[in-house]
Amino acid sequence: MEQHVHSCPGKSRRDFIKKSTALTAISLTPIAVVKAGENHEAIASFFEKTPLQMEVNGKTVQVLVDPGVSLLDMLREQLGLTGTKKGCDQGHCGACIVHVDGKRVNSCLTEAVDNNGKKITTIEGLADGDKLHPVQEAFIKHDAFQCGYCTPGQIMSAVACIREGQANTETDIREYMSDNICRCGAYPNIVAAIREAKNSGQKI
Amino acid sequence: MDQEYITNFLADEDDRVDGIDKVTGRAKYTADHHPENMVYGVFVTSTIARGAIKNFKLNEAKDAPGVLEIITHLNCPALPGYNPWAKDPKKKGFEWRGLKPFHQNLVYHYGQPIALVVATTWEKAVKAASLVKAEYINEVAETDFNSLRKTESKLKPSGEYKRGQADAYKQAEVFVENEYYMPVETHNPIELHATIAQWDSEDKLLVYDKSQGPKGTQSELARLFGIEEKNVRVITKFLGGAFGSSLRSWPHVPAACIAAKMVKRPVRVQLTRRQMFTMVGYRPMAWQKIAVGATKEGKLTGITHHAISNTSRYEDYREGIVNASHYLYECPNVNTSYKILPLDVNTPTWMRGPGEATGAFALECILDELAYKLNMDPVELRIKNYAVLHPQSKLPWTSKFLRECYDKGREMIGWSNRPATPRSLTENGKLIGYGMGGGAFGASRGNATVKAVFTSEGKLLLYSAVSDMGPGTATAMVSIAAQVMNMPSSKISFLLGDTEFPPGPTQGGSTTTSTMGTAVSLVCDTLKAQFTEIALKQSPLFNGLSEADLEFDKESIRSKKETNKKISLTELLKASGKPQIEVLKESGPDPAVRSKYAMNSFSAHFIKVAVDPATGAIEFLKVVCTGDGGKIVSPKTARSQMIGGAVGGIGMALTEEALIDKTTGKYLTDTLGSYQVPRHRDVPFIHTWFPDLADPLINPMGSKGVGEIALIGFASALANAVYNATGKRLTHLPLKPEKLV
Repeated sequence: MEQHVHSCPGKSRRDFIKKSTALTAISLTPIAVVKAGENHEAIASFFEKTPLQMEVNGKTVQVLVDPGVSLLDMLREQLGLTGTKKGCDQGHCGACIVHVDGKRVNSCLTEAVDNNGKKITTIEGLADGDKLHPVQEAFIKHDAFQCGYCTPGQIMSAVACIREGQANTETDIREYMSDNICRCGAYPNIVAAIREAKNSGQKI
Repeated sequence: MDQEYITNFLADEDDRVDGIDKVTGRAKYTADHHPENMVYGVFVTSTIARGAIKNFKLNEAKDAPGVLEIITHLNCPALPGYNPWAKDPKKKGFEWRGLKPFHQNLVYHYGQPIALVVATTWEKAVKAASLVKAEYINEVAETDFNSLRKTESKLKPSGEYKRGQADAYKQAEVFVENEYYMPVETHNPIELHATIAQWDSEDKLLVYDKSQGPKGTQSELARLFGIEEKNVRVITKFLGGAFGSSLRSWPHVPAACIAAKMVKRPVRVQLTRRQMFTMVGYRPMAWQKIAVGATKEGKLTGITHHAISNTSRYEDYREGIVNASHYLYECPNVNTSYKILPLDVNTPTWMRGPGEATGAFALECILDELAYKLNMDPVELRIKNYAVLHPQSKLPWTSKFLRECYDKGREMIGWSNRPATPRSLTENGKLIGYGMGGGAFGASRGNATVKAVFTSEGKLLLYSAVSDMGPGTATAMVSIAAQVMNMPSSKISFLLGDTEFPPGPTQGGSTTTSTMGTAVSLVCDTLKAQFTEIALKQSPLFNGLSEADLEFDKESIRSKKETNKKISLTELLKASGKPQIEVLKESGPDPAVRSKYAMNSFSAHFIKVAVDPATGAIEFLKVVCTGDGGKIVSPKTARSQMIGGAVGGIGMALTEEALIDKTTGKYLTDTLGSYQVPRHRDVPFIHTWFPDLADPLINPMGSKGVGEIALIGFASALANAVYNATGKRLTHLPLKPEKLV
């Protein structure tokens, strides 16, 4: 099928698929897809999607994604993990920070397909059941937020910041947390929360 | 300084009631909702600032994958609120406020929404939107505020005020005058504005919206579509900041509703960060000329204050920029004027401390200039002119604890170390300076209704449509109810953000705690009265006692004299035979208080800075923000609000400036990379202090709002500190280091 596409200059694989007869397409298509959409659009979409497997918050997930979908939108729109927020979609605000293989990453700046096989942790995966993570607890205690929208990103960033060893002084915390904007201005309280979590002796 | 971060915290303060939801990602903000079958709308925006759309080329976009509909002015259905004359030409009905998306082909500003592409996924909608081509009839746009404000004929007079003699400062023994400039400042809450619209039938609309006033949004949408208000439900469970940007409905709100109607599926429209600069308002640019005169002893004799701010071509936006000059200080002669300048830009709107924050920058800086000229301490100058009666209305204040703020602020910052001569104190090669400034904001109270339900499990549920953009309304309301009922906060829930609940106010103008709190207090009092009645009727324990003999204690009612005679509220409920007790109460402003008193919150900010003489870099050595917010209902959240206001002030003072290209009308700074808001590294520890003294008249809690005063005056305090350090008077915000070298 790829050859057909390449032999039609200027036409995309999608156009080819849409214009093939539905019957041909259906014969090549798993039943689920035929059920999911009866029009050519749905079938065309299916063939464009890339199957991915990742470990998200400790669970293996398999997901089909369109090309160009960010990790952020995949988490939010396809996996329903809306704790991770979209604040700018440009890597400026940090609201979408998640951990990828243990490192903090702006999930809006990385495509879902580039994260195949990786281990993702989002804010939903931080607590141990009902037991909050020490950084989450410290954020509540120190009122390290107002509206709460940037909070998941701040917390994921804070956990990484402590693990990286960049939370030893107040100045360090301020510097290494500067990729996370809090427009309500809870910064001093966030610094206080991170210091307390860091110095609590608990495993971060 | 590290130690401060630990000691500021008090262990016995209540945490936010929605804290766990917010730290676990469970809190659902508008765009987190995902109704079944939802599709995505993405705007196409104008690339000219003034003119008209000649035609669209939509074929390529329509053929793009996943596209369901492209809405433009050519196919938008007729809406009653767009054309209120349609039914009866003589009688004009409700007209949609501001820009009406897809109504006409006219272009009023760069970045105006001109089409909405609806597609099955967001990515597909974005792709297709990029393929929409518009052809324009281009006109020359006027966007250059600083040159156009000089043309008198372009200005719209928007208010004058005079008491005593005009321009009296000119005859004063000592006077100073100067011009001050405020650039465009944008709210840019981190939550992108979003609306999800779903039509459940032809005339039944469900909307998830980022709204500071769900009831207001409900009313606007009902009238726009000509349907009954009760058929529109607006939900705003969590609101990711707003600072004024969600006080009204912007074009994306009707756009989502129109789209959902056309494609017959739920539609989500979430703005991009770039669109946040052109579609949801901002603090307007303002030029101010201000002069103050005084006797040699520092008694004010004249204030003259003129201001011009910008508005759009399609809407007039005004704010109280010169108001503080009328009433902040005792002065016999005051004259002010305010004009607006329409430009080919989008409409500005209320932003934290609207008007007052801009005006306080000029007023509090010019007083500082006067203090130097008088060779007087700036705080002493303010105390010398301290107003006991509201100088404009001549009414007494319900309460005013600003003097306490001055005294505590001076003590906390170490004001006695302030050098009287600018640029005379250095430490480690840096120039050290101290400055202060403050302001005031109205502390009124509005209407609200609350429903209280006491359940058989002993829980108290309170309901109101009000939404909370972040200050912690539910936390404060639970705290008020806990106090009135004398029961633990953990048994009380405040449910908000849904028009199905009784009408609550729009959250803005620092009035929510006062307005809602009064209703909560009232509904709890009523609930107590009902329990007391049941207790006296049903319980033999209280035979022969009357209402006055009983008191509430820990979810029980007991006899005041014999405290062991008690019965729990749940038992009482059981005895009454009712499944639950439900009470609905409305409260509103007290006209008697309103007509006899002036009502304001006040602030005074004190800042110590170090300025690097080589680079001009400004470093905070200490920041102290004091605020008269009456009795503080919820200490933890009030302190956070005060800190947040100061952080807003840091942005206003040091970094925030949205620049508009003079030729194209395009924002040059339209990302959070180029429009710099404060980040962790820019913000020091911030000390806060409240007199925490109850206002005896405003509301049962004795509280006044702190949201606006937290910011008002902060930029002037910093500018004054920078002057004290460097001897350079910066009058244009933001205060840029390059201006100091």
